[in-house]
Amino acid sequence: MFRSRTFLIVLPALLVMALLPLGVGGYILGLLTLAYYYAVFAMSWDLLFGFAGEVNFGPSFLIGVGAYTAALLNHYWMWPIPACLAAGAVAAVIAGAVLAVPALRLTGPYFGLVTLVAVLLLQNVLVLFAGITGGEIGLDLPDVLAIDDTTNYYYALAFMTVSGAILFGLSQSPVGLILQASGQDAIEAAALGFNVAKHKMAAFCISAFFSGLAGGMLIFYLGTASVGTVVDIAVGVNVIIAAVLGGRRTILGAAVGSIFLIGAGEILRPLGQLSTFVVSAVALVVILFFPGGFMGRLLQAGGRE
Amino acid sequence: MLALQILIDGFAISSLYALGATGFTLIFGVSGVLNLSHGAIMVVAAVIAWWVSGSFGAGPYLGALAGVGASLACAFFTYRVIVRPIQNSPAIPREEKEIFVLTGTLLWGIMLQEAVAYLFTDNPKTVRPLVEGVVMILGVRTPWNEILTAALSWAVIGLLYLLVNRTRTGKSLLAASMNPRGLTLLGFELSSIYVLVWAIYGILAGIAGVLLGAFLGVSSGNAGTLTASAFSIVVLGGLGSVSGSLIAAYVVGYLETMTAYLVNPSIRTVPVLLLLVAVVYVRPQGLLGRR
Repeated sequence: MFRSRTFLIVLPALLVMALLPLGVGGYILGLLTLAYYYAVFAMSWDLLFGFAGEVNFGPSFLIGVGAYTAALLNHYWMWPIPACLAAGAVAAVIAGAVLAVPALRLTGPYFGLVTLVAVLLLQNVLVLFAGITGGEIGLDLPDVLAIDDTTNYYYALAFMTVSGAILFGLSQSPVGLILQASGQDAIEAAALGFNVAKHKMAAFCISAFFSGLAGGMLIFYLGTASVGTVVDIAVGVNVIIAAVLGGRRTILGAAVGSIFLIGAGEILRPLGQLSTFVVSAVALVVILFFPGGFMGRLLQAGGRE
Repeated sequence: MLALQILIDGFAISSLYALGATGFTLIFGVSGVLNLSHGAIMVVAAVIAWWVSGSFGAGPYLGALAGVGASLACAFFTYRVIVRPIQNSPAIPREEKEIFVLTGTLLWGIMLQEAVAYLFTDNPKTVRPLVEGVVMILGVRTPWNEILTAALSWAVIGLLYLLVNRTRTGKSLLAASMNPRGLTLLGFELSSIYVLVWAIYGILAGIAGVLLGAFLGVSSGNAGTLTASAFSIVVLGGLGSVSGSLIAAYVVGYLETMTAYLVNPSIRTVPVLLLLVAVVYVRPQGLLGRR
């Protein structure tokens, strides 16, 4: 029943999104394209946090590794885009596995700090080797996904839909339930005979795969890879805010949160510097008064939980 | 000569780090809260001190006082409006309180930072130091302000030590960090202890912020870095251990100063980050942490 209810909400929404290019201009499409890539970042983060129970403060570490691997291969060796994306995703998975090793040994704030340090180190390395990576200015890419706004929009929409379907399906599957059990009470889950380490490792790799792939897609959409767009702590903070705002442990909520966050940032642009202030304040109010987030409210109203 | 320069500069910076991290670790030790708005609160203190003493024309002493007052107000607000409602909320499951407190304080920190940037622009600001002039220590030119920073940091930490170990109120703080339930059974009001701890935190962060503003200068963009460095120092020393954070502050301060002087100022923070990763892998409880 829950499944059908969710599909009844998601299908019309996707239909509207697919028909959107007929009605709105390139400016809004460009904005949504960005939001859809952020949605994949946030959904991957939610798989790790909401289900595996791991607070990753550095989603932009995984995103950045994927994006910069793809960017460097494209910039220096002229690899075609699909090959770059694949290499970026593989590199991100390796980075995810490296991050998972401390996660299996550390808890709470300690693991949070390691993920934070991972981002800072990556950022330092990129700035230090500015001669190769372009540093703060960024690395321009010879290839882009498409020049046309509508084509770019459909790429992003298709990518978000497929990633979202896989991540959501995974979270509802038996594997997702085991993951959720491991996240909430690792000892009990292990006592029931589930291999907690293996499942958490898998969650890290899957989350990293989609983060890295989305990072690669994003830079090929933007045509340039820079620290500010894929590595900076602020990027990670936005991803976390989007996921918590949309409703943790829902996957789909993360997508809603991202679209809201990017949209709100744009609508409030006339406020100038104050726009970040207002967005943060709104997010804070949601967290304080509706801790379930947008989707949490919606699903709860449907009688689940 | 260079060695002495590193020794003096490193000492001043480390003392300041120690002061900044002490408040952070105190809050964690007593109430289990990692306050991610820490850096932003320090920035608020420095900028208010700069504004009151400079543009407002009230002199450095009144300015410093106003800065500490602003920080105290921010700390109270953080506790009353963000931390306590989250901790008491029935809608948030117990195991998720931590992430909600982290996200909440993070957002609050961003709000403070943006408010400072909006009201006072994000240009770096240097607070007028309490004392002017320089002194030669064995041939090294040292501003009086640098000496004052180190001395004041240690005086405040010393006072805190006396408060915690020698007074009844202070001992109740210590007890709250060890066994909060036992303390309530003895008839102490836990919530008033938390208010007290946040007040102490506000004053410590405020003094650290004002001194930092006078020593190195501060801009709203520094908030994130300041939080990260306090977080690193506290984890390195062992979460909740004040003496551990003091040692860690000196390790971090000297490592950074040596890297900046001997290797390259642009990779100032890299050795610290590497050390941190190593410590967290090998000895997750930190130098003096208890588990």
